[in-house]
Order: sequence, then structure tokens, then C-alpha cells
Amino acid sequence: MNIKRLIIVAVGGQGNLLASKVLGEAACRQEIPVRMSEIHGMAQRGGVVESAMIFGDAQSTIISDGEADIMVGFEPLETLRAIKKCNSKSTVITSTSPLPPFTAAIGKGVYPDMESIKSMIRQRVGRLITLDANVLAKEAGSELSVNIVLLGALIAVDVLPVTADSVQEAIRETTKKSFAEINLKAFDLGRAAVKA
Amino acid sequence: MHKLLTDKPGEKAFLLGNEAIARGAIEAGLGFASTYPGTPSSEISANFFQISRESDLYFEYSTNEKVALEVAAAAANSGVRSMCIMKHVGVNVAADALMTLAYVGVRGGLVILTADDPFMFSSQNEQDNRYYGKLSGLPILEPSSGEEAKEMVDHAFDLSERLQEPVLLRTTTRINHSTSPVIFGKIRKPVTKGDFAKDPFNYVTVPAVSRKLHVKLLKNYETALELSNSSSYNFIEGNGSFGIICNGVSYNYVKDAVRDLDVENKIKILRIGFSHPMPNALIQKFLQGCQKALVVEEGEPYMEEAVKSAAQEKGFTNPINGKGPDLFSRLFEFDPGMVRAKIASYFGFAYAPAAPVDLTGIPDLPQRPPNLCAGCSHRAMFYAVNKAAEGIPNIRPTDIGCYTLGFLPPLSTGDFLICMGSSVGTGCGFSKATNKKVISYIGDSTFFHSGIPGLINAVFNNHDITLVILDNHTTAMTGHQPHPGVDMQELKLEGFNRVSIESVVKGIGVGHVAMIRPYNIKKSIAAIREALAYKGVSVVIAQQSCVLMDKSLKKLRGKPFCVSDRCKNHRNCINDLGCPAFYVEGSAVRINAALCTGCGVCAQICPEHAIVPVKD
Repeated sequence: MNIKRLIIVAVGGQGNLLASKVLGEAACRQEIPVRMSEIHGMAQRGGVVESAMIFGDAQSTIISDGEADIMVGFEPLETLRAIKKCNSKSTVITSTSPLPPFTAAIGKGVYPDMESIKSMIRQRVGRLITLDANVLAKEAGSELSVNIVLLGALIAVDVLPVTADSVQEAIRETTKKSFAEINLKAFDLGRAAVKA
Repeated sequence: MHKLLTDKPGEKAFLLGNEAIARGAIEAGLGFASTYPGTPSSEISANFFQISRESDLYFEYSTNEKVALEVAAAAANSGVRSMCIMKHVGVNVAADALMTLAYVGVRGGLVILTADDPFMFSSQNEQDNRYYGKLSGLPILEPSSGEEAKEMVDHAFDLSERLQEPVLLRTTTRINHSTSPVIFGKIRKPVTKGDFAKDPFNYVTVPAVSRKLHVKLLKNYETALELSNSSSYNFIEGNGSFGIICNGVSYNYVKDAVRDLDVENKIKILRIGFSHPMPNALIQKFLQGCQKALVVEEGEPYMEEAVKSAAQEKGFTNPINGKGPDLFSRLFEFDPGMVRAKIASYFGFAYAPAAPVDLTGIPDLPQRPPNLCAGCSHRAMFYAVNKAAEGIPNIRPTDIGCYTLGFLPPLSTGDFLICMGSSVGTGCGFSKATNKKVISYIGDSTFFHSGIPGLINAVFNNHDITLVILDNHTTAMTGHQPHPGVDMQELKLEGFNRVSIESVVKGIGVGHVAMIRPYNIKKSIAAIREALAYKGVSVVIAQQSCVLMDKSLKKLRGKPFCVSDRCKNHRNCINDLGCPAFYVEGSAVRINAALCTGCGVCAQICPEHAIVPVKD
């Protein structure tokens, strides 16, 4: 099977690991070989959380610089920071809702403006898709479903072999019942944002 | 039912490596487990803790790794299959027990899991614990994936019982924290109670006994060597004339590289999964007909040394390489692209490396370092110490936990750290070797782990130090595990006692002890000033539960604060506290109400009293 490499990058607390888990479960449902790795511990105290997922017959669980086929960023600055994982053909999906790091608040660095973030990414990769995941998550019923909105966008670009049906099933099984309906709506809104 | 107790052999589950390891132990009939938590091993024991609440498994969080290993050693010598889980540096703490336990051996299987951390994602060093196999003489198994780790745990128990000695299972972060599909096997019914047959001339390690036991250990080594040479975990793949010897995650990178480079017919691979003793005869067989051999291993040249020694015995003179300036580093972790590039250049294969995007033109981006949480009581305490110690030349040894982050600006408090408990011992040394006041920081769990002997030392030798114990009622950094000072009844967990830090400190004979609530800044500063003025050992115990834990237990009661129009932009709140709930909008300081926990610390330090509770 053709190997596909995905990087998901987020700020601690944005639900990156749950999104990866749902996607992994969905791949398992379709019998697609999948492996992923993530970083826990010190990195979680407000830092960046990155997970790598590899679909197809590879044994590695991490992705080298320049080798991601697709990257999903939950926060625009972190998408830009992680861009070295991509090459000129990679597809990048990023939310445009900023979460400025504390260093910017205390004047140690300036958060770049959104248009320049977008153009710096767009110039370097094959395809850039942007959406305001926070707005869509609120529309779905909870700010916490930013992760599932972006999962919807990821499935809609059709780079991975995972289908929307299997992700929807995985959402129903993996996320709390009270939250499943909101998440399914968030997933649809994310997909629609890319297709529109 | 806990998902790892699912009794459906053949069912597939998408498991974290650490879950796969826990499941492997359950399938092997684990009866007893002990640990001190440490990343990247913590989820193994977190699962055992949950499982122990609904099965016959005995599990405990021990006070430190040495105690954990002693506890498990006794269980194993009572015939119960036992496991002891720790991070790599935890083995240093347990090493005293380990080295002589290797002599004494076990009756029931004992598997000691050491989780190494190449690149130090969450550790103070990246030591390679395979050398503990050499040092102790005990067997080491090393998996390349979660699925294999699950099988290996089962095999490790059999091996331990066959050799009647503990077996080390060595993982690295990318095994512990990778997730992949794992197939459940059968669960063996655990034996949770055994008996200890007295045999002091084999169990009480006085010199005359140990001399005999060392002979036994070396004899066991010979058996282990035979088993390593024939182990299914040491296997050869392919039959090319170039050889690659690899282990652990490196095997995955090698396999992917050989396929990506399309050189399957040119390469043969020796994967080492039973790495102590190294399979000497198998290595010699592998080297036969090898024009060139490359050893691919993260960390130290542990295998490379063994391979070169095996080659020398047989007069094999073709090149064997591993570590080197143009080859592999002893530093940090490997990645697939790097391994692919090194294999291509070493053997002379054509290769067009991936081209990462060009980063020139991207400005320096504001960093996002880890930070103490909004409302963290450590921040309040550090602020109070900074204020109380103004004008007093001082050194501040710190310790291992979330509070280590206090060394970062703007709090910038934390000067020296080497290991768990070192804040107290090094504080003793700084107080004698310099003329500065010493203020040491230690967390509650770390205090129980290894801070107490240092404090006794300080009292006995009459050092002049102030120890600040940051008691947040949990082991926060590794995921809120309990420790002896935790009120387990409050967590609705029966069957535990509670050890009071205050009683321990007073029992040691510390001359000045103060208890404070760190959110009360004025009183905290006063208490620290008083402690600093005391000549001798003083202890300040700052009690406030971890906000992150309170949040998950739904115990957070505070209401968020906001910045009113009284603000004159002094920015003491941002510049001195650095709480992540603050942000700047235009030139105005704002508080993110969703992050603010209502601790009220910033409101107490604002010179204009401009920070006020949000009105309902």
C-alpha cells in the first residue's frame, strides 16, 4: 500500500491526541495499517503537542523533516513553526484562530499577522487550506470540538485512505455520548469548509 | 471492565505501547506490580493501578524505585509473578537493590521495565540502560514495537523463571508512546499469593553466601548466552552481502530504509531483541560473507562493541562501523530519513533525500515553552520567595517536578539540579562551600522519594538552609499519581494511610517549620523572611492542591478575575508572575477568563488594585 505520512501539530489542550486516536481507530476499521507516535510529559505543560501518523506498510512511527504528505495545524503559528516537516508537494491544513504564546504577551517575540503566516506557508508547500476551526466548533456546539472540525477538513482533502464513514463510526465509539452529536456536526462542518 | 482485561483472544485493539506492555503482563498472569512513576513509563503503572481496583492484581505506588524493586523482589521470591516499572534514571535509584538481587535471583518471574528516553523529551539525561545488563549480569530484552513488546513481556516472565533471575525489559520513548494495532492473546490466571521458603544460605548475602551466588550468576550467564544465540528475538532477514545490525526502533527505520532504497537483495539484517548477553555465535555467523557491516543503534555503541569483539575472535577483518562523525551519533534519537541517508552513504546506494521546505525568510517566531499552569500555586510560592529574598545573596537548588519550570523567566528561580532529591543534598554542600544563603525547592512526592535523607543530613550536620516543600498533594508532572502524603480517602480509595510531611519534618528535628497557603502572598513572604532569618535548617511547607488535578476532579471553586480600568499598565502581573491567563490586547493587559482559575495572586500584587473578580 502507498504510504501516507501525516503530522498533526497543536497547542497542549486542543485535543490533538484524541483526534489522532479517532483517526487511528477509523483506519483500523478499514484494516489500513496505521502507526502513530506522540510526545507526553514535560511537553504538555502549555507547550506544543505533535503527533505523527503513518498509514500503509511502514514500520516507523515518526516522520523526518520534509517527509510529511499532509500536515494539520490546530494553531497557525504552530503550523508555520512545524513547516520543516513538509516539502514542496505537501498539503497543509491550518486553523486560522491564533492562540498567542505567553512569550508574545511579555514582549519576547511578536506574533506574526495572519496574512503573512498564510503566505509564508502557501509559498512553500503544494497546497494550503485555511479555516477558522474555532468559529466552526462553536457553531457545532462546543469550542472543544476544534480537533474534530480539523479532522473533517483532513478527511475532505482526500489525501489519506481513511473514509468519512469510518471516522464517523470512530467518533461515535471513541468520544463521550453526550459529546458525540456535537462532534459529528463539527466533523461535517470541517468537511464542508474544505469542499466549499 | 478495564479494556486491558478484555478476555477475547484474537481481538484487535489500537493500543499505546505502554498499554500493550501492561496487557502483555496481564496475559502472562501478573500477580504483583510496583513502581515509582516516571515518563515515559507512567501509563503502564497507571493501567495496573486501575486494573488492581477490579481484579486480584496487587499494585502499589512505592515511595521510590529502590523501594519498588525491593517490594517486587520479595513478591517474586515468594513465587508470585511480579513486575517493577520505572524510567531509565529510576534504575539508578534502584541499582543498589538490583545489583545484589541479581546474585540472589528470584523464584517467580520478575520483569523490571526500564523506559529509556533518547533525546530527553522529559528527562535529565539520556543514559543507555543496556549497560545495566552488563553491570548486573542480567538478561535484557528490547522490543521494536508495541505488538512485540506485548509478546516479549510474556517471554520475559518465562525467561526469568527459567534462569531464576530478574529480566530487564528495555524500551525507549518511541516504543512506550507509539500507538499501533495489537492483537489480544489469552489471559493466564494469575497467582497472587505464594510462600517464602526460608533458605538463608542462599538469601542472606553475607560475603560467604555472595561468593557462592556470584558463581551461580556467572553460570546463569552462560545459559543466558545460549538462549540469546537461539532466541527468536535475535533473527536474520535477507541474504545480501552488506550487513546491518540493529535493535529497538532502529530496526523499523532500517526496514523502511531498505525498502525505500529498493536494496532488499543487497542487505541482510540482524535484529537484536535479546541484547544481553549479546548473541556472540549468531553475530559471528551473520558476519560470515559480509563485505561491510553497519550497526544502527540509538544511544551508546553497546552493540557495536560486542559485534567488533565477536568479529575479532573469528579474525573477521571487513569494516564494521556504527558511531562516528560521518555515521551515527550517540546523541538524541534517530529518525527514518537520517537512517536511510546513512545507509545509502555507507554502502554507496543512490539516494535522493527528501527536500524539506526552505526556511529562509521565515522570521524568528515567538517560542512556546512549557509553562506552569494558570493558577499554579508554585508560581505564587516562587513569587513570594523572589520578593522575600530580595537583597539577600542566595543560591536556589531545585528539584524534579512541574516546579522545575520555575527556572524559566520571568520567575527565574532554580539554580542547580541533577536528580530526584538533589535540592536538599546539594543545598547542604552550597551552604558550607559558599557564603550565600541556600533556598532549596522540593515537591511533595520528590520529598518522600529521596528528599528525606538529605534533610536528616542537613539537621545532623547543622547546615544553614531553607527548604521550601511545594506540597500540591499529588505527583503532578507524571499525571497525578498518589504518594504517601496524599489523602486517599478524599479520592475515595480505601486501604491506605497518610504520612504527614509536617510530622516527618518535625520528627527529623528541624528547628524552624512554617506551614503556609501560597495563594496568600503577604503571609507567604513574611513566613519565608522569617525562615531565611533563622540560622540552621528551616522548612517552609506550602500547601495548595494542584489546579490541574482540581480541575479534573471538578473541585475548582475560584471565579475568574479581570483587569478593570484602574489599570495603569505597570504590568507587574505579567512581568513578575508570567501567568498564561494574561494576554495583551493592543497595549492593554487582559485576562483570559477561560484560563483564569481565580487564585487571586495577581490581584494581591497589582499596585493599583486593578485586578478584580469578574462580576456575575
